[in-house]
Amino acid sequence: MPGNALGVVGKGVFLLQPTPRNSAPEERMHPRPTAAAAATPEQLAAIDAAIARLQSLPGACLPILHAIQAALGFVPAEATARIAAALNLSRADVHGVLTYYHDFRSAPPGRHVLKVCRAEACQAVGSDALAAHVAARHGAAVGATSADGALTVEAIYCLGNCALGPSVQLDGRLCGRVDAARLDALLAAAKGADA
Amino acid sequence: MSAEAIHARLYVPRDSAALSMGADEVADALVQEAGERGVTLELVRNGSRGMLWLEPLVEVVTPQGRVAYGPVAPEQVAALCDAGLFDEAAGKAGSHALRLGATEQLPWLQKQTRLVFARVGVTDPLSLGDYTANGGLAGLQNALQMQPSAIVEAVTASGLRGRGGAGFPAGIKWKTVLGATADQKYVACNADEGDSGTFSDRMLMEGDPYLLLEGMAIAGLAVGATEGYVYLRSEYPDAHAVLTTAIERARAAGWLGKDLLGSGKAFDVHVRLGAGSYVCGEETAMLESLEGKRGVVRAKPPLPALVGLWGKPTVVNNVMTLASVPWILQHGGAAYAAKGVGRSKGTLPFQLAGNVKQGGLVEVPFGVTLRQLLEDFGGGTRSGRPIKAVQVGGPLGAWLPAGKLDTPCDYEALAAAGGLLGHGGLVVVDDSVNMAKMARYAMEFCAIESCGKCTPCRIGSTRGVEVVDRLIQGQDRAADEALLRDLCATMTSASLCAMGGLTPLPVLSALDHFADDFRGR
Repeated sequence: MPGNALGVVGKGVFLLQPTPRNSAPEERMHPRPTAAAAATPEQLAAIDAAIARLQSLPGACLPILHAIQAALGFVPAEATARIAAALNLSRADVHGVLTYYHDFRSAPPGRHVLKVCRAEACQAVGSDALAAHVAARHGAAVGATSADGALTVEAIYCLGNCALGPSVQLDGRLCGRVDAARLDALLAAAKGADA
Repeated sequence: MSAEAIHARLYVPRDSAALSMGADEVADALVQEAGERGVTLELVRNGSRGMLWLEPLVEVVTPQGRVAYGPVAPEQVAALCDAGLFDEAAGKAGSHALRLGATEQLPWLQKQTRLVFARVGVTDPLSLGDYTANGGLAGLQNALQMQPSAIVEAVTASGLRGRGGAGFPAGIKWKTVLGATADQKYVACNADEGDSGTFSDRMLMEGDPYLLLEGMAIAGLAVGATEGYVYLRSEYPDAHAVLTTAIERARAAGWLGKDLLGSGKAFDVHVRLGAGSYVCGEETAMLESLEGKRGVVRAKPPLPALVGLWGKPTVVNNVMTLASVPWILQHGGAAYAAKGVGRSKGTLPFQLAGNVKQGGLVEVPFGVTLRQLLEDFGGGTRSGRPIKAVQVGGPLGAWLPAGKLDTPCDYEALAAAGGLLGHGGLVVVDDSVNMAKMARYAMEFCAIESCGKCTPCRIGSTRGVEVVDRLIQGQDRAADEALLRDLCATMTSASLCAMGGLTPLPVLSALDHFADDFRGR
């Protein structure tokens, strides 16, 4: 993002406490667990392995959260206290990091994760219509998971494929010039591979 | 099927834009066809040439140089081979309709001045041999023979300004870090390329990663830093993979580590991933995030050059800034300063995006006009409708109407036109787009991405969405417009960083140039 080219550096130190993002549009909110299931022993082992592997890094909190989500698809509630203890942080510190960043999920996603770019370049070539199509055809609005648990749809703001929009990322894979028909084909192929 | 055995060398990009259009499937199909036709295939996965509307772009090496075909869909590969793709290697021109001719002769490339992107699309990005055979390491080797102050002087003389958007002179920043006394200093590369419409950092990291590492090493030598961090956005998994492998290979080859090219001097690089926060592209929020914290903006002063990463003096530069440095050290600051216009020296890799027919990367000297970029290179809109507006410089840049397309692209001229150059991304919209909706989106995006530290940005953006909504509804238009302008003035002058400070730019430019769109017409 551009810096302070126009001389808009803050005029003083603000002593306000950072507060949670207020009234962020619903689509960007990740589904929160309603009654979070306790982590399984395997999940706890994955958490502890990520911590053991990465805790000696400077500024390890973010790398550890990434590693846990890469292993489990989300960050279980139990991770917070374990990371805090390992890094000598408060649980509030870790909770703050976990909830600040859009990437991290506190609940398991659907079997497939579709991230739809909602930024200007993709809007210019029809990403709004694409998101509407996903909601209507595949049962998951942006920010939601389909009732059958097959698909979680998330908003993403720029995949760096701005000359070939609309762009989506399906299960980590970038796809360009995605219209409704191409999206249906991509999702059908992904779901077909489940069987 | 050819009777004599053919040895063909082909290039299929591994750039993620090419992958998004099926480059891997094209490569697989080529391997299969070659096997069936008895062709010995040498397949190189290069970066992208930047002609993204032609991806996947397949190139075949002929006795006369490389010949391009594109855009190639996987199901077209067999027909391409039938029409003589592999026979090109033996000097027989193919006849398929997708044949574009000699790559280097294509007008899109001929009209460019590629300093930073000289190797991108030409070489195998991860080949150490390709890198040195095509001019790589010359800048670092020169820097190793120079005093730190002389390196800083060369960068200052080049006139290189920060490519992340702020345009601050790199040499002055480096001089501040060099002059600071500390037991540890850092080079932090900002690869959090979050602006919609920008992808030059991604293409460089995927297409010529050693150039970035070389630039960082030179920065380290210049200021006395022995460690560098690349803060890479998580939205770029392909770039992450290439960069990680490049660092491993560079270390193994002695290009990084305790003994840079046998000089006895140390510099190493680590990659850290962001986690989907746009504001972490602001340098102080990026430092917080690198330290493993919430990406909340810091107040300045103190400058990161003096109190940066973990409180130590830190050079914070964008990928493009650092990637410009090896050329400067190889050819001299004066040669770089000879390109460009006014106080905007050198070249900028512009990115043509959105509703554009021929989207991609164009590296040319500053001073090119928007019209030259969007019409001569871009070929107008993809939809074929008239260009309504172009947003230059990402979500915090102004929407400029078609009437301003003759504005030259340099930092000062764009500021004079009421915009900013930012990271050089151009997002085109056609006349079907309602600009009031884009103004609303600018406020909405700020509300989503604000770090929450300062009130004008945190609260102002949400109030901004509401006021734009009321303005569009039109119950008391004069009062709501006055309120919106007042709110924007507050955000501009009282926000802690550019997020809240520049969000008014797309909002007010849309309002000023496209007032009718706010009247429901």
